[in-house]
Amino acid sequence: MTAAISLRDVRKTFGDFTALKAVSFDIADNEFFTLLGPSGCGKTTLLRLIAGFEGTTGGTIHLYGQEIEGLPPDRRPVNTVFQNYALFPHMTVQENIAFGLQMLKWPRADIAARVAEMVAMVRLGDFVHRKPAQMSGGQQQRVALARAMAPRPKVLLLDEPLSALDLKLRQEMRSELKRLQRETGITFIFVTHDQEEALSMSDRIAVMSAGEVQQIGRPSEIYEHPANRFVADFIGETNLIDATVEAVEGQIVTCRLPDGETVHALANRAASKGQSGTLSIRPERLTITRDPPPGESLKGVLGASTYLGTDTHYEVRLGPNLSLTARMQNAEDAALRLDEGDPVHVSIVAGAARFLVT
Amino acid sequence: MTFDVRRYRGFFGLTMLCLFILYVPLLVVMVYSFNDSRSITNWEGVSLRWYVDVFTGPESEKFKQAAWNSLTIALSAAIVSTTIATAAAIGMVRGGAFRGKSATFALISLPIMVPEIVTAVATLIFFSTIAFPLGTLSILVAHIVFCIPFAYLPISARLQGIEASYEEAAQDLYAGRWATFRHVLFPIMGPGIMSGFLLAFIISLDDFIITNFVKGAGVETLPTAIFGSVKQGIQPNIMALSTLLLLFSIALVTLSYFIGKRGEALQPDRGD
Repeated sequence: MTAAISLRDVRKTFGDFTALKAVSFDIADNEFFTLLGPSGCGKTTLLRLIAGFEGTTGGTIHLYGQEIEGLPPDRRPVNTVFQNYALFPHMTVQENIAFGLQMLKWPRADIAARVAEMVAMVRLGDFVHRKPAQMSGGQQQRVALARAMAPRPKVLLLDEPLSALDLKLRQEMRSELKRLQRETGITFIFVTHDQEEALSMSDRIAVMSAGEVQQIGRPSEIYEHPANRFVADFIGETNLIDATVEAVEGQIVTCRLPDGETVHALANRAASKGQSGTLSIRPERLTITRDPPPGESLKGVLGASTYLGTDTHYEVRLGPNLSLTARMQNAEDAALRLDEGDPVHVSIVAGAARFLVT
Repeated sequence: MTFDVRRYRGFFGLTMLCLFILYVPLLVVMVYSFNDSRSITNWEGVSLRWYVDVFTGPESEKFKQAAWNSLTIALSAAIVSTTIATAAAIGMVRGGAFRGKSATFALISLPIMVPEIVTAVATLIFFSTIAFPLGTLSILVAHIVFCIPFAYLPISARLQGIEASYEEAAQDLYAGRWATFRHVLFPIMGPGIMSGFLLAFIISLDDFIITNFVKGAGVETLPTAIFGSVKQGIQPNIMALSTLLLLFSIALVTLSYFIGKRGEALQPDRGD
């Protein structure tokens, strides 16, 4: 099976600024693939290179086996949903959706049928004769999707398409996008800086930072097994603690924390005794109890707590140099009734700690 | 404390003075164009005789020919200069950064700054150096040249306000360069191009100094024809003709205002 998109050593510089440093990976056919990273990490640049709005400085891009470098955007069978939608303001919804088909010189009857199909797909039946300015942000978003999908692109590029919508609409559109991708079988490349968006929709995610890919994997892989400190920190919340390796037993290492306690953790790659690195523990994988639990636990004093409805965040001071954030579900009415200053025990859910070799 | 222009001391008086100096002469011309007298100062009742005179009187043939020249020259000059200005605006605004961009902008807008009499003399010298015959064609060429910056300014201002993503979206949807311009950029730029066109048209229609230098013998535009008549003493028919020209200009400005309004309505709204 040929990859939908195959990137090999793709580089891009703007003057002195390096936007992408030798990026190489494949995106599979039918995949919902997300480029995730903070602003300036190169994700939008990569999308624009695939669309053809910018030329590469080096490397090759293949689309289903065909080299596309040098082809202008109008000769690449990919379409883009722009961050600001870029709907043509002088055209109606119908005319916007038909535009690509007209440019491809489809027969008139086929265009009409396809536009009707797209309008039904994004549920915009009542709006076909409206101009973009007469529609809400969410509706404009659907038009932009329909317009980009109408010409049956081989790959659909989405540049932070949900960032202009309010929270509720954004959540609706997430499942809508996922549904559209499943129904059409088109390869989606989705750019976002929102990790929740990335985790909830993607088949695979490429986490990017400073023009480089930090990790590629399924959402659970990225979250459970971050490749490095950046990924652990950027995706979700975590406790990051400097630690050194005391003992190694296969993939499991015993690490020593700043105040002398030891914790068992799964190393991200082969580690050796004395090596320093970062221990990452997700707040929801920590359990706070008044009495010492069976097995490994750390003693501490409860600090400030933040009530968040479904759960509560607790800060636990373990020693002069170390405190952890734990997240406990408010599953029971009485919850824990813990007060600041209470002595507590913190235990790590088995197998949840990660040691990231520096 | 906020600045409220209505409560500013002396504002009312100054405004009235400016309005008086600007508009009373125009008002006098308009009112006296309806005077039923050969004299331009004595009021002898309302009449349309000078309007009739403009179209049928002894000078009517001269005026008709001059009006025809003015309109055809203004129309052609506006079309050509707007086309050139549109191409220049796209090159300047969308062409990326290139060496000498500021210098290019200065060269495009310089004709607005150069005293018109200097341009007039220089153009005349240029035409005689290359032995270009003076007449309608020489007026047209001169007008096209000095209309370009006037057309350029509103067009490039409009283009700067248009996000590049519209053109990218068009190209992404399989439109080539020309199709992108024709179906997307041109319609969105339309109001700016129309403003540029109307401005160029008015500037050409109104021009006296350069026209007078390069028109050659026997060819007249309305401004030079009116000046020629006034030299033999101001007749009431000139007032009627001036009033007609004024109304024509107001009509054009109103048209351009409403076109601008329509353009604003087309600006996309992010919605909520």
